[in-house]
Amino acid sequence: MPKGIAVDKQKRLKAHAAMSDTDLLLTITIVVFFLLYLSAVFFLGGSFTKPQNFLNILNNNASLIVLSCGMSIVMITGGIDISVGAVTCLVCMTSAVNLERQGGNILTVILIGLGIGLAFGVVQGFLVAHLGIQPFIISLAGMFFAKGMTTIVSKEPVRVTNEGFLAVKDARITVPGLGAPNKLGVYIPAYVEVGVIVALVVVVLLFCMLRWTKLGRAFYAVGGNNQSANMLGINVRRTKFLAHVLCSVLAGLGGILYFLHVGSGDVANGAGDEMNAIASSIIGGTLLTGGVGNVVGTFFGVLSLNTIKRIVSSLGFDEAWWSNITVAAMLCLFLVIQSIVLLRKNKK
Amino acid sequence: MTTPVKDPQARVERPDESLWKRLTRQQLFIPVAALALLVLFNLIADPSFFAVSMKENSLGNPVLSGNIISVLDNASELVILAIGMTLVTASSGGQDISVGATMAIAGSVILRMVCGSQVTADTMQMNLILAVLIGIAATMCFGAFNGALVAYFNIQPMVATLIMYTAGRSIAAWINNNQLPIINDLSFKYAGTFLPGIPVPTPIFITALVILIFWLVLKFTTLGLYTQAVGINPSSSRLNGLDPKLIKLLTYVILGVCVAVAGFIRVSRSGSINYSRIAENIEMDAILAVALGGNALSGGKFNIYGSILGAYVIQFLTTTLYKYEVPSTALPAYKAVVVILLVVLSAPVVREKLSRVKKAPVKAAKEVS
Repeated sequence: MPKGIAVDKQKRLKAHAAMSDTDLLLTITIVVFFLLYLSAVFFLGGSFTKPQNFLNILNNNASLIVLSCGMSIVMITGGIDISVGAVTCLVCMTSAVNLERQGGNILTVILIGLGIGLAFGVVQGFLVAHLGIQPFIISLAGMFFAKGMTTIVSKEPVRVTNEGFLAVKDARITVPGLGAPNKLGVYIPAYVEVGVIVALVVVVLLFCMLRWTKLGRAFYAVGGNNQSANMLGINVRRTKFLAHVLCSVLAGLGGILYFLHVGSGDVANGAGDEMNAIASSIIGGTLLTGGVGNVVGTFFGVLSLNTIKRIVSSLGFDEAWWSNITVAAMLCLFLVIQSIVLLRKNKK
Repeated sequence: MTTPVKDPQARVERPDESLWKRLTRQQLFIPVAALALLVLFNLIADPSFFAVSMKENSLGNPVLSGNIISVLDNASELVILAIGMTLVTASSGGQDISVGATMAIAGSVILRMVCGSQVTADTMQMNLILAVLIGIAATMCFGAFNGALVAYFNIQPMVATLIMYTAGRSIAAWINNNQLPIINDLSFKYAGTFLPGIPVPTPIFITALVILIFWLVLKFTTLGLYTQAVGINPSSSRLNGLDPKLIKLLTYVILGVCVAVAGFIRVSRSGSINYSRIAENIEMDAILAVALGGNALSGGKFNIYGSILGAYVIQFLTTTLYKYEVPSTALPAYKAVVVILLVVLSAPVVREKLSRVKKAPVKAAKEVS
């Protein structure tokens, strides 16, 4: 056997033995989530022991899961998009106005949501990818534009009474085997909302896309190193453009799910969700520098973030500001961990 | 000493160029042109925009009033923030998006100090200067926190400051136990309104003082030079004996001081605070001011006077929009359009394309001959 091949084989074995960044950070996230939840179950008990409590985290955060997955994809390509929360809000308000005042139905709501997302994605993606403007500035402008447009559409909260919509909103999908008897001994089945199913499908689809399709691998390549991706024959601009379009379309979808969950349009909808999405992605092991990340990690990031919030509020810190401070502290912690991991790796 | 940071290409004299081209290459061209456009628009639409008159305020003192005075007055916080933001941008190549939130913290700390333990205080419980100094110290700490994340942990500035952007207003509420302190002492409001007997709003004087201080600092210290050197190339500035991390940290601490002064002006305008609304969206305006002033948002060379002028242009635009009854909640949408237009026009790709379009006929003519 020629010597070169042996060396090559050895190297490859080594590469297999050492965990890739993506897997390492993903493992940290999953472990952190299970530790958090199990310690809540053991030390706090109460509602944490009921499966429905866990399913409620999913019910309340279906839209955030979708937003965060989109955010992760943009972050994997090395960009960022902070307009997602405001886009969510704009989609909610426009959908509500459409349903209430213009006789719309579920189909028009879906079209509006995805259309708004697509429009934001195309403009932002073009400016970032083809004109080389910093994604943060563009999406900051996008965020303000969406916020302003929301108040132009309607300043007052719009409550939806459309029956077809309410039927979908209140649809409960029971999860077999997870129900629990209530105080009167009546068995209450555990349930999830329609949005959760959509969110889970999105996570699975994106996971497959990122892992096995050409475009998915291109996202990682572009985020890892622009120039070498270019030399590999990847169209860097097109990849970045598509990442932004995908992120904004997912933000539009997230807006639909948010609307489906709350059932009204309000200027406060989705406030701070861009922050939550970035925090979830970072906690889920997506590196800000690009090239590393995983939507499954992001999914667990969302769960960890909201478990922490629930723990903080069940400890008696009910006020809204504690939740913000906790999110910020957790974000800070994970940013520092990432930075240390990267700094150590660069030293080697 | 010649500065190594200046682009040699930009200094080359091109005598064959037209006056117009030489003008457009000037860094201050964009803000001056924008200001001129706004002034022209207002002159044509309604010349009374520029009227300044003497009116009696609620205390019976004669004071100046008019749109121009209100632009100069209301831009004060923005101008002060823009100065700090310019330094941060130049050194770290990113912007601090937590300035609005830390302004809330500064205001909260100052109010907590002057109100003592009361929620509604009629007289100040603490020397005002001491209270402001404590406010400055607090925001310097938060600035140092941001700066440390950026400089020592290598986190992108906008993401590092996202932490304070999320937590800042909550921390401000927490400092006062979520109560809304109100101070009714008239002397507290001097800094935000009028000094007795002087018809010009005090914030204008404070802003002038801050600009003067920065002018002196930039003229007589190496701060400006070092900041630019670090912004252009951190590793080569390190080889030249600078400590890029320390300088980045320093610029964030300086921004912290600016934030405290701006926060003090803002709370002393009303003597009260609303944690979620105070200085809302001001970070966007501050970044916009820096960009409008012709400074590269990716760091390096900076011109502090461009940013100052940019801040006044933004306030001019805001006041003009208000005059034409654009609702304040819809304002961000208009400003976002302006921002996007500006960054698109200043994008290198677009500039190149534009210059190529201008050159194309010349080239064609040459080829024919």
